[in-house]
Amino acid sequence: MIAETGLALLWLAGALAALQLLLGAIGLRWQRDDLIAAVRPIAVVQAVLASLAFALLIYLFVTVDLSVALVAANDHSAKPLLYKFAGSWGNHEGSMLMWVTILAIGGGAVALLERRLENRTLIATLSAQAAIGLGFYAFLLFASNPFARLDPAPPEGQGLNPLLQDPGLAFHPPTLYLGYVGLSIAFSFAVGALVTRDVGPAFARAMRPWVLGAWVMLTLGITAGSYWAYYELGWGGWWFWDPVENASLMPWLAATALLHSVTVLATRDGLRAWTVMLAVVAFSMSMVGTFLVRSGILTSVHAFAVDPRRGSFILALLAIYIGGALALFALRVGTVREGSRFDAVSREGALIINNLLLSAILGIVLVGTLYPLMAEAMTGEKISVGAPYFNSAAGPLALILMAALSAGPLLRWRRDELRSLAGRLALPALITAGALAAVIALAPGIRILPLLGLVFAAGLAAASVAPLWRRNLRHAPLFVWGMVIAHLGVAVSAAGMASESAFTKERLVAARIGESFDVGPYRVRFDAVAPVAGPNWTAVQGTLTATRGTTSFALQPEARSFWAPPAQTNESAIRTALDGQLYVVLGNPDETGRWQLRLWWKPMVTLIWAGGAMIAIGGALAMLGHLLRDWRGARRKEAWA
Amino acid sequence: MKRFILWTPLAIFFAFVAVFAAGLVKPDNHDIPSHLVGKPLPEFSLPAGTPDVQGLTSAEMRTGKPKLLNVFASWCVPCAAEAPQLQQLARAGVEIDAIAIRDRADDLSRFLGRYGNPYARIGSDPTSSVQIAIGSAGVPETFVIDGKGIIRHQHIGDIRAEDVPDILARLEAAR
Repeated sequence: MIAETGLALLWLAGALAALQLLLGAIGLRWQRDDLIAAVRPIAVVQAVLASLAFALLIYLFVTVDLSVALVAANDHSAKPLLYKFAGSWGNHEGSMLMWVTILAIGGGAVALLERRLENRTLIATLSAQAAIGLGFYAFLLFASNPFARLDPAPPEGQGLNPLLQDPGLAFHPPTLYLGYVGLSIAFSFAVGALVTRDVGPAFARAMRPWVLGAWVMLTLGITAGSYWAYYELGWGGWWFWDPVENASLMPWLAATALLHSVTVLATRDGLRAWTVMLAVVAFSMSMVGTFLVRSGILTSVHAFAVDPRRGSFILALLAIYIGGALALFALRVGTVREGSRFDAVSREGALIINNLLLSAILGIVLVGTLYPLMAEAMTGEKISVGAPYFNSAAGPLALILMAALSAGPLLRWRRDELRSLAGRLALPALITAGALAAVIALAPGIRILPLLGLVFAAGLAAASVAPLWRRNLRHAPLFVWGMVIAHLGVAVSAAGMASESAFTKERLVAARIGESFDVGPYRVRFDAVAPVAGPNWTAVQGTLTATRGTTSFALQPEARSFWAPPAQTNESAIRTALDGQLYVVLGNPDETGRWQLRLWWKPMVTLIWAGGAMIAIGGALAMLGHLLRDWRGARRKEAWA
Repeated sequence: MKRFILWTPLAIFFAFVAVFAAGLVKPDNHDIPSHLVGKPLPEFSLPAGTPDVQGLTSAEMRTGKPKLLNVFASWCVPCAAEAPQLQQLARAGVEIDAIAIRDRADDLSRFLGRYGNPYARIGSDPTSSVQIAIGSAGVPETFVIDGKGIIRHQHIGDIRAEDVPDILARLEAAR
């Protein structure tokens, strides 16, 4: 009964989305205020129904109802509760239901909360959001029903992919989806503003918290995903330029550009057409990402279940939504009045450089990700594009971006003098020069990209806190704090990346019990190997003792064998010190009783993810700061009235 | 002019959609063909896979007579499935040499005892280095080598009964 109820709720929510689109479109076309008045409540009810359907799917997974095909294929009674819960979205149908639920909740929240925007623009926005929702409801109901029954019900489920049975990963997909879908709201705002030709500061202020929120979630999702790949896959790397990783990076790059251009539009009423374009591009990248992941047309370590019919469905949705929005853009943007002008040397000018560089990096990642596909379509040749391309093409641009990032926040809006900027940048420039001398003296053989990464990071760190100099810190607005922390996070993360790439020590050894090895500042002794058992796996566990100076500690890497479904994973053992991480992976034994061990010393590697977290925290503070200021402004206006 | 620029994003977007659509329509094919087809085998010298067979060097692939070079392993199930077809080819007078990938001598002996030994020589490649050098991405794969040591054809996956006439025709063509 529960599965049928879920399906019925889904049909109802889909029907409401159709109604929401229809009433909005007709109401706007023929100026029918009575029809328009129904759109907001419908959006809220649609969100409630979709959430209930998703809650029922979670219930089916937690109670392991094996008469439901999806549960039987992905759940298992021996699985820990957390993974029964997370299993409901760790598969195609469930994740699509989660996607549509978040889409509906986003639309409902806009309908409930948004008060700044002109009503007609808001209705157009909600209609656009309903149009996106409608496509995904159709996708769920016609091509991937999560509530389909299985008859007869099997005695036991097939379990969840063991790689996904990890607390970090249980929450990785929801975080990324919140980001993707948050961008759908920015997209709907852009479409709504194009429909009513209402692109201006009010539109930018309404859109900004959604862009910031989505961007924070994407940042967290990418950071968490990167750390998961680092410790779970046991390759010792933190970014692989895999198509699915790129699929999450591309919307992030577009959203980063968007949240900076939206600031120009909100503050100075400039970059109108460009901001609308970026909002469309950011959500396009989310959908392209979803398409690449779900259609399986690119080979990736993320082996999701692949079905060409689903791929065609998503491609059709992509063509309709993005094609439609771009056509609307071409037709309407000419009638959007040009925004206000500004000098080249100004905050706006720096933000344009930021936008151009981010767009160029986005283009590089997009071309690199799709090149194998294009090459095969044209010449039939199989090609893979790897880290050397991405690093050498995007790396230098990222360095220039860091330099622009150092100067941007120190520039005044509208117009500024180069000479006074030079004065403000004197101390950061001095620190950059000092860092250059120090790195060359301490690490003479360092390669050029990590060297510049470290040096620019030092300069950027100094420049990013500069907006707080000579300022009463208690009166500095929250969003300035947000900006400072996020920019500092970029410096911290870049320092981690450069240090990891330049100074990592790696050893691959065939070790007998009792042997010792040196790696970085540690001496590691291989003590023992013993079997251990977990709830749904058995493992071989190695015990090693690492010594540094007078302190020593035990490390216990495992090679785990899961039995439902059968698979092997490596649980690396990682010890975090103040100046880096010691990373150990246990491999297979050979016939003479020696074990493969991989040992890494990765100095300052944790800064990569610490920086990511800082960027997300900065974004959250900025969002909060803007919301608070708008709220206070609204109250003041009411008091005046 | 301005109008034209405004429509370019849409045009670029539909170019991408066309590439995606092409990627979807094309049948899912994850075979990776060797770039060395039509080129000479790289030089290699491999020790014998078991004590009672001969090892394999690239010089032995240039004897003037076309041969098959089978890339296999005792731990590989499709390799066991193609064993009868290799026996059939060997009985038809085809000379088959082999490279055993990441294998152990006693496992290999057991495999040959169980499924028969159609091979003239078996070289052991415990690190897959020769496998990668000849452009093979998996097991089993079978290469048709002509008398001058040039790779004429690559068969990816196990040889099914219906593939045998094709393999014989390729060997004839390599003569």
